[in-house]
Amino acid sequence: MIPNEQTPQSDPAPPGGQATPPAPASTRSAGHSRRAFLFKLSLLANGAVGAILAIPIIGYLLGPAVKKGGSYDSWITLGPLSDFPEGETRLVNFRNPITTSWDGPTGDIPCWVRHGSGSTFQVFAINCAHLGCPVRWFAQSKLFLCPCHGGAYYADGARASGPPQRGLFEYDHKVAGNTLMVKVGKMPTLAFTSCLKPPPLTQIEGTAPFARRATIERPRTGNPS
Amino acid sequence: MTGLKRRGIKLYDWFERRLGLGKPIIEAAEHEIPASTSSWWYVFGSAATVILGLQIVTGILLALVYTPSASQAWNSLQFLDHNVQLGWFLRAIHGWGSDFMIAIVLIHMTQVFLFGAFKFPRELTWIIGVFLLLLTLGMAFTGQVLRFDQDAYWGLGIGASILSRVPFLGGVLVDMTLGGPIIAGPTLSRFFALHVFVIPGILLAFVGLHVWMVLRLGINEWPMPGRIVRKSTYVREYDALTKETGIPFVPDAVWKDALFAAAIILAVIACALFFGPFGPTGQPDPTIIQTAPKPDFAFLWIYAVLAYLPPSIETPVIFIAPVLIIAAMLLLPLLDGEGEKHWSRRPVAVLMVAVIAVTLGAFTRLGMYTPWSPIMNAWTSDPIPTAYLHSRTPLEREGAIVFQNKQCRNCHSIGGQGGLRGPALDSIATRMTEDQIIRQVLQGGGNMPAYGNSLNPSETTALVRFLTTLHGNNLSPAIDASRHLALSGELPPAEPAGH
Repeated sequence: MIPNEQTPQSDPAPPGGQATPPAPASTRSAGHSRRAFLFKLSLLANGAVGAILAIPIIGYLLGPAVKKGGSYDSWITLGPLSDFPEGETRLVNFRNPITTSWDGPTGDIPCWVRHGSGSTFQVFAINCAHLGCPVRWFAQSKLFLCPCHGGAYYADGARASGPPQRGLFEYDHKVAGNTLMVKVGKMPTLAFTSCLKPPPLTQIEGTAPFARRATIERPRTGNPS
Repeated sequence: MTGLKRRGIKLYDWFERRLGLGKPIIEAAEHEIPASTSSWWYVFGSAATVILGLQIVTGILLALVYTPSASQAWNSLQFLDHNVQLGWFLRAIHGWGSDFMIAIVLIHMTQVFLFGAFKFPRELTWIIGVFLLLLTLGMAFTGQVLRFDQDAYWGLGIGASILSRVPFLGGVLVDMTLGGPIIAGPTLSRFFALHVFVIPGILLAFVGLHVWMVLRLGINEWPMPGRIVRKSTYVREYDALTKETGIPFVPDAVWKDALFAAAIILAVIACALFFGPFGPTGQPDPTIIQTAPKPDFAFLWIYAVLAYLPPSIETPVIFIAPVLIIAAMLLLPLLDGEGEKHWSRRPVAVLMVAVIAVTLGAFTRLGMYTPWSPIMNAWTSDPIPTAYLHSRTPLEREGAIVFQNKQCRNCHSIGGQGGLRGPALDSIATRMTEDQIIRQVLQGGGNMPAYGNSLNPSETTALVRFLTTLHGNNLSPAIDASRHLALSGELPPAEPAGH
């Protein structure tokens, strides 16, 4: 057996074919180093092409996250002030300013509008500050209750009891002429509180120091310290 | 007949000459396994694979009709249920198949753990298996989202809220998951891609690796107490055992796998037939807030854990606990790759299985009736038992109305009806004095909001009067021992001031 036949890099001659006699060992090894170099070059080329291809792929995937948190939000009209009688808290639906035409009913977002005394308004997100379930207002006991894990909030949105770490999320709002406008666009979560005002402080027995810190700081983690 | 047979063999040879797959497949099927492994305990892995096949077939069939669009997905499910012939049945098989697959995968994992099959040289088989469990759960969660109803919508909200708590990256993760600022069309589209392309692709590749390693390394032998796994001797001992007691996998052992798989598929079909498809519940319209979202069965225990975690440690636990649990599962075979395999010599392992099973079972049971959730309509739907209104004064009856009107029933049961979030109040007066009740109602505390702002003094008086009549089966009410002293004017000797 010729040693050359044992090298895996032998010429791709058809098996049993006698058409091309084996080349002398010296030229074959010279050819091997050339081919090995070309192989490495091809790896390099594919790596480069892969890197180029990765740019649009990663850019595409990160697309939804690249937009700054605030830029999703815009001012929309919730309705005339006469829709919100003083001293009442009402459920209002709005069409999210950013939707696709195939969003269907998911593009309609509810919120709670509270008209306090005089011209003070509060607009609360529907999402519980615990895990985002829809809170419901009970006018008789002046509480918002969450059906999922029992989070409870007072009329002004402050945390009353249960697992939430903070009060209800609040949208920015303003009174323009005779209408109430809110700045909305993004589902409120604990990660996007910059555009959502923390609720006013309420002294709750036993939890007051924690509640205060949780509303002042960006409550990224559960640890108040 | 012989001519037909000869022609069949010729046809096989034609393909075999070109494909060359027949010989290795037959060799793999007939490979020798230790006779002890031909057991009914060894059928769960193959059953899980067969259910995966069922899920793929039914999934493709559902995809023929399902529309992954936020505005139409729910309608297309209704169409499947009511307008497509047997569409409801296919949906039911796919849904029940999902539950069965999770159950079988968990049983398989428990069996493998108790039989010490993760030890040398099958460590990587176990590690791949851990990923298969996670992928199976991933399929279950994304599948629940594709059933685009109220539970799916708010389940996504819960998922996004959990992700939003990740330090630093929370916002990016939420955006990437939702595909936009809110739960909407792009969200459903990406969960469709995950459920139909991404996760099944990885799942199939990993199942291939898993089965390949079982064939390559041999099925785990039936463990015997005292038969110690050592890296230096195991392979030799296993080969000797196989040579000594070996039987061909096909047909001597495989019939049990086949029968069990058939029984499981039949069970899936039976459940689908008798119980029907899951949901869809109401439309995924967030403006319909009269809903109490709940995750699917496999995730109820997580839902329960999230209700019971104290707020202050919730976020750290949500992110640290899964990492620790998954890391422990992945590292198990690397740290414990040798030694005893038999469960009777591994009491800690048996104890762990028992504790984990009881924990998951208890949390799942709690998740089924969610005692922590207020019952939102209890105050209008559950009347006060008439026995609690008998021979009461007008003021006390007025208090019963206050009790009802102020939604106390949503969290407190009375006469066995109402929420379970707070304690039942049927015998509250035996546990708290009137003063304590007043304080608790007005200031709240524990898990109770303060009602000082929503009760006027006369309502408070009436309510507390009513509550003081609730002392169970005529037990004596709680009293303040110092009250008598205070009223009689005999004050105890004054304590030194200045503390």
